[in-house]
Amino acid sequence: MPEIELNLISGRTIHQGVSMEAGKEKPAYTKACGIIEMDDADFKRLGAWRNTNVRVTSEYGSVVVKAIQTTQGPHPGVAFIPMGPWANMVISPNTYSTGMPTFKGVPVKVEVAADEPVYDSLELVRKACRGEI
Amino acid sequence: MAKIISDVVCPFCGTLCDDLEVKVSDDGKEILEVYNACVIGTEKFLHSQAKDRLTVPMKQDEEGNWNEVSVDDAVEYTAQMLCNAKKPLMYGWSSTNCEAQSKGHEIAELVGGVVDNTATVCHGTTLIAVQDVGVPSCTLGEVKNRADRIVFWGCNPAHAHPRHMSRYSIFPRGFFTGKGHKARKMVVVDPRSTDTAKMADLHMQIEQGRDYELLSALRVAIRGNPLPETVAGIPRETIQDVAETLKSGRFVVIFFGMGVTQSLSKNHNIDIAIALTRDLNDYTKAAIMPMRGHYNVTGSGQVLGWQFGYPFCVDLSRGFARYNPGDSTSNDLLRRGEVDAVFVLGSDPGAHFPISSVKKIAQLPSVCVEPHYTPTTAVCKLHMPVAFVGVEEGGCAYRMDNVPIETRKVVEPPEGMLSDEEFLERVLERVKEIKGVA
Ligand code: SF4
Repeated sequence: MPEIELNLISGRTIHQGVSMEAGKEKPAYTKACGIIEMDDADFKRLGAWRNTNVRVTSEYGSVVVKAIQTTQGPHPGVAFIPMGPWANMVISPNTYSTGMPTFKGVPVKVEVAADEPVYDSLELVRKACRGEI
Repeated sequence: MAKIISDVVCPFCGTLCDDLEVKVSDDGKEILEVYNACVIGTEKFLHSQAKDRLTVPMKQDEEGNWNEVSVDDAVEYTAQMLCNAKKPLMYGWSSTNCEAQSKGHEIAELVGGVVDNTATVCHGTTLIAVQDVGVPSCTLGEVKNRADRIVFWGCNPAHAHPRHMSRYSIFPRGFFTGKGHKARKMVVVDPRSTDTAKMADLHMQIEQGRDYELLSALRVAIRGNPLPETVAGIPRETIQDVAETLKSGRFVVIFFGMGVTQSLSKNHNIDIAIALTRDLNDYTKAAIMPMRGHYNVTGSGQVLGWQFGYPFCVDLSRGFARYNPGDSTSNDLLRRGEVDAVFVLGSDPGAHFPISSVKKIAQLPSVCVEPHYTPTTAVCKLHMPVAFVGVEEGGCAYRMDNVPIETRKVVEPPEGMLSDEEFLERVLERVKEIKGVA
């Protein structure tokens, strides 16, 4: 299976804001934030269809999210996961003495994981805390 | 007959829109419609009415099963947990009013806790930079009435602060800005072609994380000194063009967001953005303002400032206030295992902290005071539901430009539901009893 390297950033989206206020346990939140926005060029390099599940892995962790076509591109080489527990499975917790984890600019590997599920936010955090994923 | 409540303040983002109108049922119990708010603000009001809303405190036992407990039990557990801990972390405070914040700080002082707010994962690095070099800023009213050059650096108000551009920064016609957006120039700096960037007169699609270089290059260009061919992926001519655009304005405002505060270089990015603002004042008037996220994160910094002298990560465990970002900040404390209990109110670290920190919270005695189910409530030992501040409770909140605004209560909370302040008041009373202070 091909695997590509991208530079990951996280941040707000309006869907993230709305679905968060509507309840983080609801499917809409997973739909809004359990995703990775990738550029068309990067989909080609990965050899994957849009809307497939992918595994995103960094030095700090790993998470399965759905890869979607970027809504605010083009930005080849850059991937975006809306702020939330999915992004926080892989971003860099290093604060370099500022208190601020490095939520933007984390090298990640992306590979197709079509058969693996995207967990909802509560399940994801619970499983991660219990050491099950 | 429904009635309309006007001048309602939106309790979601730091724009703190104060022109909302809310239609409520005659008995004052139900919100029917929300006018003027953006989609996020509207959802915040409407969701408070959800039928599946939690109204009873829940406690997790050893096996991970949740059981209902009384409010008295919740107060007792919280007070005992805070008093028994050597160094409890009391985190959040950004989605509540200043009154509740100051009550929480009283408890923190008595139990020797660390008080930190969501700036720690948001504009904490801004606060470090402001304390290091100062900040030439202004109010959003001045922006609306005077600013004709607007820079959005590493922020995306179209998504994160949806009414910012229409109320204050780009579209409104102000006293000296009668032509609205037609007479304003908008510059966006972002590694993505965001929905904000698509509206800009000039978009510098910077290489991610190279903000310091580009800010530095702009300072060089403003002085008319030579530049290399490209800096941070931006051609020299574009940088010179932006420098000229800014210099030729009557009032420049630089708004900046997480793109600068969370990328590497962190507070140094903001140091130099402030230096750029200062440089621009040699040619015209310029100000700079952080795009604060939570509606009252600014208020939390203010209240901590009045009471202890520092705006976030205040460590009271030695009996006096210490402030040392990198040491007394939540994520560093959690990762180093330096706190032995966690109290969360008005925020969701479970969703917004790196997972390594969340794992630590899950291992500790912990209380989460929160109206919703969240990843934090999923891992805390006690979930205490409360009324929505800004919807079911009024109180003071600070807008992103440090202007305090009195928020309004529009509906009654469900019967017997405590507000943040009332819950904290009861915990404080119990803490005083346990500690034997009058
Ligand atoms: S812009 Fe912010 S404060 Fe204004 S209505 Fe939207 S969420 Fe509320």
